[in-house]
Amino acid sequence: MNPWRNIWTITKRELGAYFSSPIAYVFIVIFLLLSGFFTFSAYLGKFFERREASLGSFFIWHPWFYLFLVPAVGMRLWAEERRVGTIELLLTMPITAWQAIVGKFLASWLFLALALFLTFPLWITVNILGHPDNGVILSGYIGSWMMAGAYLAVSCITSALTRSQVVSFIISLIACLFLILAGYPPVTNMIDWPWLVNLVSSFSVMTHFDGFQRGVLDVRDVIFFVSVIGFSLFTTSVILRTHRAG
Amino acid sequence: MIKVNNLAKVFGAKRAVDHITFSVERGEVLGFLGPNGAGKSTTMRMITGFIPPSEGSVSVGGFDIVAQPIQARRLIGYLPENAPAYTDMTVYGFLNFAAEIRGMGRDARKKAVNRAVELCFLEPVLHQSVETLSKGYRHRTCFAQSIIHDPDVLVLDEPTDGLDPNQKHEVRQLIRRMGEKKAIIFSTHILEEVDAACSRAIIIDRGRIVANGTPEELRRKSEWAGAVTLRVSGINGATLSDKLCRLSSVKRATILKEEATGVTARVFPRNNGNGLLASSIADAAQGWRIEELHTEEGRLDEVFRSITMPDTAAQNGKEEEQPKELNS
Repeated sequence: MNPWRNIWTITKRELGAYFSSPIAYVFIVIFLLLSGFFTFSAYLGKFFERREASLGSFFIWHPWFYLFLVPAVGMRLWAEERRVGTIELLLTMPITAWQAIVGKFLASWLFLALALFLTFPLWITVNILGHPDNGVILSGYIGSWMMAGAYLAVSCITSALTRSQVVSFIISLIACLFLILAGYPPVTNMIDWPWLVNLVSSFSVMTHFDGFQRGVLDVRDVIFFVSVIGFSLFTTSVILRTHRAG
Repeated sequence: MIKVNNLAKVFGAKRAVDHITFSVERGEVLGFLGPNGAGKSTTMRMITGFIPPSEGSVSVGGFDIVAQPIQARRLIGYLPENAPAYTDMTVYGFLNFAAEIRGMGRDARKKAVNRAVELCFLEPVLHQSVETLSKGYRHRTCFAQSIIHDPDVLVLDEPTDGLDPNQKHEVRQLIRRMGEKKAIIFSTHILEEVDAACSRAIIIDRGRIVANGTPEELRRKSEWAGAVTLRVSGINGATLSDKLCRLSSVKRATILKEEATGVTARVFPRNNGNGLLASSIADAAQGWRIEELHTEEGRLDEVFRSITMPDTAAQNGKEEEQPKELNS
């Protein structure tokens, strides 16, 4: 049977699960409030003070928003299945574990895409006020979404590790923090050897998101995010398998 | 349909399932009995492919559960222990999802859901969220999920757990009816269910099969099988027991109750009695009057106890010693 059909069935169910509880709406509202506040604040994003037609003051905060928001979206994916015991139903259905993993990941990723899409008033605003380079903005959105996917895939791992959503949230927050800090200048400045700085920061989402923000779509950056996602989902499948093997 | 061959599962140092072999054919309902922690759920999880076996193999409808898991799982309907279900969905949504993931098209899904809802009496809660359901309804929702695709093989882990007596009865009837065309294996520790629904039963203890047979065969293993309970008047207990023991077909006799109106005794036969014990007792009745006489059928709970707790006697001995130690 067509594997995408199974994946889509899982994805639909997971998306339904988000919207049948208040979590989805609370998340979206918080995300929009935060991004509005950080972008326009005279202390933080300085949208107006910059006097330039771009969404740079919006995208620059994304690595930090996602640090808290994406683990909150991903924490329930497997932890809840394990807690309630539905994992036993799901993994004895005639689908592969991969299809379940990808289906769940896609659902959360699409959900994050929706949240991101709902920031479109910002785009309208900046287009009314000036003449921004919409290509750069599009590239920023794509990069932001890919980065969210990388965080989310890490959250999948931590969610598969435990049956507690809170534990999953905290571990994935710490893991994602490392993904940021590895490329955060105050941290990289402490390292003396340039080759080591390059090596460490090449593991950071900051380094790879940077190009997208400037409107440079570098294949290496795309490969980075895609491989973080692929590797993390693979790790998730290994964890699920070892957990079942006892 | 289900072939379990030399199946074993080790968790760390613990042997949960220890090389068991059995098979279930179409038209059979196999009762899976055993005390808690005997390895029932672990065995079922291996049959459905949720956990991989440490040793041995399981094949369902000719498909090996490890080598061809998808083909095998397509044939199986599974009700896990505690009947988990997605709490955020409605009953209808959940069943529809189960049908969809089994690859049914829109029309087939509608039919399948309606059929399962009817069989499991879920009509009143169809559009209610699973979270708000009572335990009985939730259990039946998960049960409905397991039969949604009309599977050839049903694996049910404690299907009547948490149901009220009426619901238990309905579910047993359902299992029995479906058992005519499917291969069903279900676990329980309610022994009357074995009589009500099973064509065969397996008792497992500490991961091993300790008994395998039809309910009648198992019952015959009971030392009560063929025993005779009688109530007589006109004689005292000691004399009665003495007289009974002199009969060649009697192994031993115990006096259960001695009253002014009569004596109640239970007589155990030598070499299973062959049903002749009652008549030989009746023949021997001289000088006393038989008020009541019937042959016991053997009791499953007693067989179950004697098989799964062979060292009860030894333990009782120890328990008696302990208070003495405390006193001294």
